[in-house]
Amino acid sequence: MSGDKVTKALLFLSSLTVLLLSAGIVLSLTGGAIPAFREYGPGFITSTLWNPTTGSEEYGALPFIAGTVITSLLALLLCIPMAFSTSLFIAEYFRGTRTAGILRSLVDMLAGIPSIVYGFWGFYALRPLLISTGLTDQGFGIFTASIVLAIMIVPYATSLSAEIIAMVPSELKEAAYSLGATRREVIFSVIIPSARSGIVASFILALGRALGETMAVTMLIGNANIIPKGLFSPGNTMASVIANQFGEADGLKLSALIAIGLLLFAITALVNAAGKFIIRRFA
Amino acid sequence: MNSAMDNLLTDNIKRRNRTNTRLKYIIIAGAVITVVPIFLIVGNLALKGYRQINLAFFTEPAPDTFQAMMAAASGEVIPGGIVNGLIGSLLMVLVASLVSIPLGLMTGIYLYENGTKRYANFIRSLTEILQGVPSIILGIIAYLWVVKNITRGYSALAGSTALTIMMLPLIIRSTEETMKMIPVTIREAAFALGAPYYKMIIKVLIPVSFSGLATGVLLALSRILGETAPLMLTALGNPSVSLDLTKPVSAVPLLIWDFYNDPNMVNLVWSASLFLMIFVLSMNLLSRSIASKHKYI
Repeated sequence: MSGDKVTKALLFLSSLTVLLLSAGIVLSLTGGAIPAFREYGPGFITSTLWNPTTGSEEYGALPFIAGTVITSLLALLLCIPMAFSTSLFIAEYFRGTRTAGILRSLVDMLAGIPSIVYGFWGFYALRPLLISTGLTDQGFGIFTASIVLAIMIVPYATSLSAEIIAMVPSELKEAAYSLGATRREVIFSVIIPSARSGIVASFILALGRALGETMAVTMLIGNANIIPKGLFSPGNTMASVIANQFGEADGLKLSALIAIGLLLFAITALVNAAGKFIIRRFA
Repeated sequence: MNSAMDNLLTDNIKRRNRTNTRLKYIIIAGAVITVVPIFLIVGNLALKGYRQINLAFFTEPAPDTFQAMMAAASGEVIPGGIVNGLIGSLLMVLVASLVSIPLGLMTGIYLYENGTKRYANFIRSLTEILQGVPSIILGIIAYLWVVKNITRGYSALAGSTALTIMMLPLIIRSTEETMKMIPVTIREAAFALGAPYYKMIIKVLIPVSFSGLATGVLLALSRILGETAPLMLTALGNPSVSLDLTKPVSAVPLLIWDFYNDPNMVNLVWSASLFLMIFVLSMNLLSRSIASKHKYI
């Protein structure tokens, strides 16, 4: 019997690592961010200055918060029609068929491609395409980064949406069909209303992915420490400024970057928690 | 009078049928547009990357920029390969697996065994939060913990630490989800035969759910193999092959980043990206095929 206790204690101890890791991450980020917050106070979040010159150092996070929020929301906007049609394709129009299976595998493949490969592809294939449209000179910026981000988060939104759509009870759909509804009417007046919260949650979770995405964005956004002025303006996200500037940073700059990391951590944790909450509560 | 009404009705039905068909085509078009990028990416990389993939690609370390420039100028393939990145990636992934797989398995089993107890629910939520942490933040964490305090410099160990924290929640979740599908009767049968707790875990739970666990591990591996951002902050990169955990080490995604920043190396980026993508995707597909073959555990 005492052997069982040892096993149980071992399992319990390993579960403690999760607790320690989580606490450690929060404490280390907070500890690292303290110098920056002590120097600039809450104004760190609303300041748009980013000047690493020694002597007149001045750091603010607003341009990066804006960059992250704008690129992620734009990516979400572009992702919605794609994920919406793909999930209806898989879970409604071609449900259970071989075609749906193939499409699902293809969408899953999108999730398997490493971020840096997306960035590289965006740089050499997508960017020239955008330049040739004449809308942008350099091809870098918010829009380019958002397109690639949208492609990257489609699989996450699709797989959950499709699952939720497939769970809509067939009695409901059949009742609508028996009243003479067309498939389009069934989709818009039965399927979507009853799967609404699950679909919303899947998009929120996809947004959570987009917020923290680093490499592809870093390679495409143009890396300018300003609040983006338009669709084709360069910018920087919280993740990309860390990736770009962490290497040579120390002192106050290092602390400012860690503080940005802490903010990013808080934003993604909140967005993910909201998504999970909606799923648990309504789906 | 009657025929006018009929006309109205058939017009209405025609209109509804039209919008119905239109939606169907919109959905099909949208779905096709969504998967076009995968063909574009694979095709693009394959076309431009295959030339550089030869024996040297797998046996020699990355060339320096001068060698690459000379080769590019005379139109030859760039000499050298990615072996330093390959070895570094394997080293860091191996260390991360050695820590996170057993730890993740045990934690997953703990969560499964303790179901909905308050502490287990808490740990489960923390695991979900950990899984959502952007990888670059785990890079900062490994930098603060390992680079600053343990190895006092960029190191393979720091890279492994970041990858371990990434991998752990994935393993925990997949372990618990797999175990949930085991019929309780099997567990009870083991206990009825007088098996001690640890034997039930090792001889019943793990073998019965083996394919599910393997799927989870492979998926987690395919996730961390392509990670670049946390390694930039921890492993840094190394022009030669190194197996020293306390020294900087290269990785395939880090090499892609280096090549990308060097205009002479463009040809090598295509090949390295092609290789990384094939490697990660085949692992991904393998795990999915295992999963679909053993749907019920």
